[in-house]
Amino acid sequence: MDLLLLAIGSIFVNNILLAQYLGNCPFCGVSKKLGTAIGMGVAVIFVATLASIFTWVVYHYLLKPQGLEYLKTLVFILVIAALVQFVEIFIKKQSKGLYDSLGIFLPLITTNCAVMGIALLNIKHGFGFVQMIVFSASSAAGFAVAILLFASVRERLFISSVPTAMRGTAIALVTAGVMSLAFMGFAGMTN
Amino acid sequence: MLIPALILGGIAVIAAVGLGVAARVFYVEEDPRIKGILDLLPGANCGGCGLAGCSACAAAIVEGKAEVNACVVGQTEVARSIAAFMGMEMKDNEPQVACPDCQGGARATRKYEYGGFDDCRAAMLFYHGPLKCDHGCLGLGTCVRACQFGAITMGDEGLPLFDPARCVGCGACVQSCPKGIISIISETTKILHWNLYSECLAPCRQKCPAQVNVPKYIEHIKNGEYDLALLTVKENNPLPLSTGRVCPEPCSLACRRQIEDEPVAINYLKRFAADWELNSGKRLHVPVAPDTGKKVTIIGGGPGGLSAAYYLRRLGHEVTLFDQMPALGGMLRYGIPEYRLPKAILDWEIQGILDLGVKARTGVKLGRDFTLDFLRAEGADAIFLAVGAWRDRELGLSETTPDGVVSGIKFLEGFQDDPLQKVKGRSIVIGGGNTAIDAARTSLRAGAESVTIVYRRSRDEMPANPVEIVAAEEEGIQFRFLCAPNKFITKGNQLTGLEVLGMELGEPDPSGRRRPVPVEGTEEVIPCEQLVEAVGQTPDLDFLEQEGMPALPTTRWTTIDAKEQTLQTDVPYIFTGGDCFTGPGLMVEAISAGRFAARSIHFYMTTGEIPPIEHRQTELVPDSIFDSIAGVIPKPKVHEPVVSLEDRLGTFKEVEGTIDEEDASYEARRCLNCGTYCYDHDMEMERMEDGESVAG
Repeated sequence: MDLLLLAIGSIFVNNILLAQYLGNCPFCGVSKKLGTAIGMGVAVIFVATLASIFTWVVYHYLLKPQGLEYLKTLVFILVIAALVQFVEIFIKKQSKGLYDSLGIFLPLITTNCAVMGIALLNIKHGFGFVQMIVFSASSAAGFAVAILLFASVRERLFISSVPTAMRGTAIALVTAGVMSLAFMGFAGMTN
Repeated sequence: MLIPALILGGIAVIAAVGLGVAARVFYVEEDPRIKGILDLLPGANCGGCGLAGCSACAAAIVEGKAEVNACVVGQTEVARSIAAFMGMEMKDNEPQVACPDCQGGARATRKYEYGGFDDCRAAMLFYHGPLKCDHGCLGLGTCVRACQFGAITMGDEGLPLFDPARCVGCGACVQSCPKGIISIISETTKILHWNLYSECLAPCRQKCPAQVNVPKYIEHIKNGEYDLALLTVKENNPLPLSTGRVCPEPCSLACRRQIEDEPVAINYLKRFAADWELNSGKRLHVPVAPDTGKKVTIIGGGPGGLSAAYYLRRLGHEVTLFDQMPALGGMLRYGIPEYRLPKAILDWEIQGILDLGVKARTGVKLGRDFTLDFLRAEGADAIFLAVGAWRDRELGLSETTPDGVVSGIKFLEGFQDDPLQKVKGRSIVIGGGNTAIDAARTSLRAGAESVTIVYRRSRDEMPANPVEIVAAEEEGIQFRFLCAPNKFITKGNQLTGLEVLGMELGEPDPSGRRRPVPVEGTEEVIPCEQLVEAVGQTPDLDFLEQEGMPALPTTRWTTIDAKEQTLQTDVPYIFTGGDCFTGPGLMVEAISAGRFAARSIHFYMTTGEIPPIEHRQTELVPDSIFDSIAGVIPKPKVHEPVVSLEDRLGTFKEVEGTIDEEDASYEARRCLNCGTYCYDHDMEMERMEDGESVAG
């Protein structure tokens, strides 16, 4: 039950994008079309979960015993970057189909703060292994939900008459703000 | 301080080494040729090849999954350089261009006024666009912006105009159009296409058995583009000279103008365009697809066989025509008299088909000189049986045929062999179809003292073309309606008269015509020396009984049995169509069957499967039939020049002439240029003309 609450809480209430505003660059950059937004969402779910597992292990079995918790940001960047590169090389060889659909998003995710944020939040909340996996996957799912909704809105925006000054990123940020307000409706439903 | 630095450094080294190893272990070799081809491609990334951009296209070419000419943008030039790069020989590619199919534009009825974003796709989101018509172009120019090659411009009438010279056939406009009214069309797709309920179709185009795009060719005539008009006709009808003379114009029965006015004289216009080519002295170039190496044999050189030969040849197949008669043309030559269709004109038209590379063998008869098994053994991939309906039905009034009695087709055929022969004395023709009228008018021209047509029903039930009946009446042929032949009166073996019996009309028969019932005691004798029985024809299928023929099922009407949807018989490689499949019908129906069979045969030979046509239009679209049309001002239709009565008798000179250019232009302007729902209002046209004259 707790895990279910944790999942729902991290998808809707503490949505990584709209409540915590992490992962803004792909949110604005890759949300012009629904098709690419779906690809991005799936890639984030995959990478965020994998990265959380690695960073959690590194933190709990390497940094913590040595009392080097303060190094976690630096180490996590290194681990996540290397991991994403490795995954890209691996699936390019092993699964052509998966590479064609996810491949181009992987380099983008290397520097995605949502992935980094999820890894750090895991530590901050002091999650156990199972909780960590649930939290990471559902936070990333929250990212996917948000970017999907956002891309749908932007597809409509594209064919609407937007004042010239507001076109592009400006209207996108306003939209993101409005969506964020809408997600405020979930606030307080869980801790 | 040392330990944290070591740990951080250690992790970095492990990651670096790990990635280095992974890059070696999981190295994916990329073909250098992909890069080479990518450099040759134009880099438009338009997706016209059906692949995700130029790099995907290059990869597909290297892997052999796409042809070297896959790039529609680069066309021949790029294809040649890629072929050279790959060390291959290039296959010829048929040019494909975008074509819109909407006549409506600004004149289509509005549902509401749209003031939103200037994009058809946006407009579509609001109640399916601002037009009432499902097919209509919204005219906001999304396709114009989608075209990277500047081939599309928006015309004054609210319809996009396509420049075929700039169009590369990439299909970007097709994808951008939310109404789906733009298609990429090659000559092959035009030949294989049949009307669909989902398309915008003028009523005449729905009604024409051959599905000729009538409004389009009339529009071309209006603009003085006679060559384009004729090529439009030839997309669906390879015999415009002949049809222009003998077709009873089923299309004009559906002409929307006749609600307020006389219908447009469609066939005069077709004849005008066809005669323009004939008189211009040179033939229009008709594109023929590259050779496919498939062989088709067509049996029967009539309109059905010629039509199939024409289209199959244009699809790139090797076609051989066989005909039992010494010259091609079938009933057009042997059944239709010279005064309706001069043979010199028919010869010119048939030569045009043979010039495309169709081989013909005449004077050889199926069953007598060769068999179907022989043709198959000779390498025919498919056979099309279009043997027509050449056997005269007989009344069976007497066991022996007296001198002076001849059957309709035999009689007309005789004039083809010897045009100067004479008919002596009084002549009677039995029957009410076109053959009967042709026989009667021929007898009159060959010197008969008097000609009487004996028909057992009334004038309204006559199946002959009304125009022909009127012409026959004008020429002085007598009609005896409600009058059935009963007995030959003979002297020795020479016919001296025909005993007839009065009839009255009873209950309607299955064909909807009222059945004639004899009236007792009304026998009378009409004296005559010559009698033509023209009471209908059936196909002559005796050849099927012979050895060396596959078992082909027939119907109880002595026609060949085949599948309605494909014209394929039970023997997969044999197809049939025209009179020998449907029973005697119109020339334009045989032409239609020829093209339909060509479609089936093409798919059968190239893919082995004949795809069914979904939503094929067979009946008139109910919504396209109007009770009234607003704003149309009646203008009388033109009349063909006709040879005077004195000049007609005693000669076989062609009776009807061709309208001149001025009349053609006037008549073309009577066309309302209909779509399924829209049409031109004359009022607006007149107003526009007035406005122009004031301004001028």
